[in-house]
Amino acid sequence: MKKLLTLLLLLLLVGYTQAQETGSVLIKNGTLVTITNGELENTDILIRDGKIARIGENLSAPRGVMTIDATGKFISPGIIDAHSHLNTVSTNESRNPVTSEVTMEESVNPTDISIYRAIAGGTTSIHLMHGSANVIGGQGETLKLRYGAGQEGMRMDGAPRTIKFALGENPTRVHGQGSGIHPRTRMAVEQVIREHFDAAIDYKRNREEYLTAKANFDRRGRGTPPVPVAKNLRLEVLSDIIDGEILVHCHSYRADEILMLMRVFNDYGVKNYTFQHANEAFKVAPELAKNGAHTSIFADWWAYKFEVYYSTAYNATILNENGVTNSINSDSDELIRHLNHETGKTIRYGQTSVEDALKMITINPAIQLGIEDRVGSLEEGKDGDLVIWSGHPISIYSKVEQTYIDGMKYFDLEEDQADMRISVNPNESFEDGAAFGEIISGRKADACMEGAFNLLEETTQR
Amino acid sequence: MKTILFVLVTLSLNFAQAQITEKPEFGKIAITGGTVYTITNGTLENATVLIEGEKITAVGRNIQIPEGYTVIDASGKEVYPGFMDSGSQLGLVEVNAVAVTVDSREVGDYNPNVLAFTAFNPHSAAIPVTRVTGITHVVTAPSNGLIAGQASIMDLWGYSPDSMAIDATGAMVVEWPSSMRRGFFDNRSDKEIKEAFEEELKTLNDKLDKARFYDAMMSEFESNPNGKTQPDKDIRLEAMRATVRGETPVLVDVSREKDILKALEWATDEKNAELNVIFINVQEGWRVADEIAEAGIPCLVKSLYLPVRDYDHVHRPYENAGALHKAGVKVAIISDEIENVRNLSFEAGYAAAYGLGREEALKAVTINPAEIFGIADLVGSIEVGKQANLFIADGDPFEPVTQIEQVFIKGYKIPMVSRHSQLYDEFLDRDAVNE
Repeated sequence: MKKLLTLLLLLLLVGYTQAQETGSVLIKNGTLVTITNGELENTDILIRDGKIARIGENLSAPRGVMTIDATGKFISPGIIDAHSHLNTVSTNESRNPVTSEVTMEESVNPTDISIYRAIAGGTTSIHLMHGSANVIGGQGETLKLRYGAGQEGMRMDGAPRTIKFALGENPTRVHGQGSGIHPRTRMAVEQVIREHFDAAIDYKRNREEYLTAKANFDRRGRGTPPVPVAKNLRLEVLSDIIDGEILVHCHSYRADEILMLMRVFNDYGVKNYTFQHANEAFKVAPELAKNGAHTSIFADWWAYKFEVYYSTAYNATILNENGVTNSINSDSDELIRHLNHETGKTIRYGQTSVEDALKMITINPAIQLGIEDRVGSLEEGKDGDLVIWSGHPISIYSKVEQTYIDGMKYFDLEEDQADMRISVNPNESFEDGAAFGEIISGRKADACMEGAFNLLEETTQR
Repeated sequence: MKTILFVLVTLSLNFAQAQITEKPEFGKIAITGGTVYTITNGTLENATVLIEGEKITAVGRNIQIPEGYTVIDASGKEVYPGFMDSGSQLGLVEVNAVAVTVDSREVGDYNPNVLAFTAFNPHSAAIPVTRVTGITHVVTAPSNGLIAGQASIMDLWGYSPDSMAIDATGAMVVEWPSSMRRGFFDNRSDKEIKEAFEEELKTLNDKLDKARFYDAMMSEFESNPNGKTQPDKDIRLEAMRATVRGETPVLVDVSREKDILKALEWATDEKNAELNVIFINVQEGWRVADEIAEAGIPCLVKSLYLPVRDYDHVHRPYENAGALHKAGVKVAIISDEIENVRNLSFEAGYAAAYGLGREEALKAVTINPAEIFGIADLVGSIEVGKQANLFIADGDPFEPVTQIEQVFIKGYKIPMVSRHSQLYDEFLDRDAVNE
């Protein structure tokens, strides 16, 4: 029995390993929810070699390309989650308020069952983020949820670099309250950023001067060698942020801290950034719009901690009406399974249009991750990442029937099996078989603070 | 567009304050022309509901509206009984991360005498946020320790727990002692786990035995005190008398298959025949649905949670309520929430889509929880004589696109205002000025 199971799992693994290749498929007669070009009824969509080759009527399948009849079905682009810790190995490097040198690059668990659960809910790309323990946290990784493709196979090649910042309660609790170092207050959060940005600018100048002097010295082969300026990964990453090479995604809640970061970024010339969570962003929507800053928020989470007590589920609508590019994210392995429903709440609370609501889980998060030329809408030339729904994706009664990434099918409701693991923890008992993380952290886990929990428990004892 | 927006904002400025200053309407109200989902007597199109005072006084298609009634035209709208969340901590916790605002978790394992009612804050900001979505009454429950205290059933309109309580002693909460490992950090041996479970279960049974003895002793004294020595009062055992008589249900919080089976064994023990047992959470109920049905124990369940085991089918949580119902279990849907009890409608929507069906899902947030908690004579359907807890929506309340337009609680046409709507009114066009 055990052998059979192993064999089955191996087969699954092999099957999925092959599936990371691109695929071709023709989906006929569905209603295309294109996001950028309205809803197209009775329309065909052809994916060839992983890309959307054609959208139109009466398309015929090239030889060898499978045809799917989607009469009565709806087809949307794959959902993009701009804030996730779905399959991290570790989330927080929480022992310093600035850890720009660390990255989620090697912290991707490619066999986590939560990946499959997310695809089953129509999510095809995620922004895998460092946690929110630090003012300047680690770099993120944009993934395509190619379940079974391995760590390398999940990366979205060509996606811009990103980094996590965090303001407010989390960094002040972890570092100020927890370790008695800066920042203990929102005052010092600003100074931590400014101090490190200044250091990064000085570092870059000094390092470049040194490298030039060193090159001159090496060429001449005489005189006094220059005093070395050691390579500093942390400051190099900060320097890249100032140079506009890395997109900042900043965990934030209160309006004042959002304004603070925009002032700092204006001073240092940092553009193109996104406020994550941003429960009070609605209070400074005009300023956000003016600065071209984006927001990526929960649909309705509030009051679980003090800094979100004075917030509203109408946040998305207010931001949208004020011209801020907003997305709805999950930050949760549970919500990521039904982001179509989460974004539907922007209609309940403030009557955002269905069209704009769906943008908030597709093209808008794509813009925030700098991948909007590849994904986020059904357009010819874009990646073949799409979802076939039993009904309109905004309805609570609609189910995901199939999910495609690069034209390859990763989920099919009809062929769905109970056990979709591709890796089994040999230490777990069959009866337990559980993701204990959920049980420990209980309801409304603060996923952003994973890995910083022990530190916090020590804190509370004090 | 700007002008409309301006007018809207100016209008709403009247009540865009920190408090809800708008007053409810109360008295004689007629809701006409809507599609009325009575739940217990079918769906009536183009029907009228009359409300007088706190009660529903007429429901039907050809009803004359007597003089003196305020008429609310609900043509093209849908009218539903107010939804009931039978599993929440609403009003007991204000901000979960701020410990001093958490009144749901008393210290210790034996607190049958503490009541949610006592700590229920009628001014919690979460209450208006909840009720404007059509949830009109909730079970709010303490949640810590073996015998955690008593859950209370509260209406969501009023200025004191006294005026809001449907039943202050709604249920005795028991956190089922688990016979399983608590997590990877739990390095107890199998033997230690078994012993710990048995000890906790023994504690529970001992307390119940004592309460039975105490109840018998007190009852005997009360029936004829003459010439007898009055027994000393025990505040905890006193609180358990209604429970051991089966008058107050026992709300057993249990989730995993193995634990459910143990709890079933306990609940069906002859000794506990008098107890009125309800299971809450029951995340793996689908695994043992037939056994639960046979024991006749109702279940209060969520739909939106992660599969319990890594090898479970991805939709198991969504399908749990449907599977239990199909096996013959009476099911109610819960939010298990504090500030987001409003998501109850969506928990029910997912259950509806994944096996329970819309009709049963509606019952699972209306008449079923009312029956389970023994308050179906008061709430749970649109029927003459029941408390006027109901709402008007522009469509299916399970759908996120639907707007909940007007809510009535105990006959009060409540202001459709909450912190969330007030902030919306204030900030949609933040910099608008009066000219």
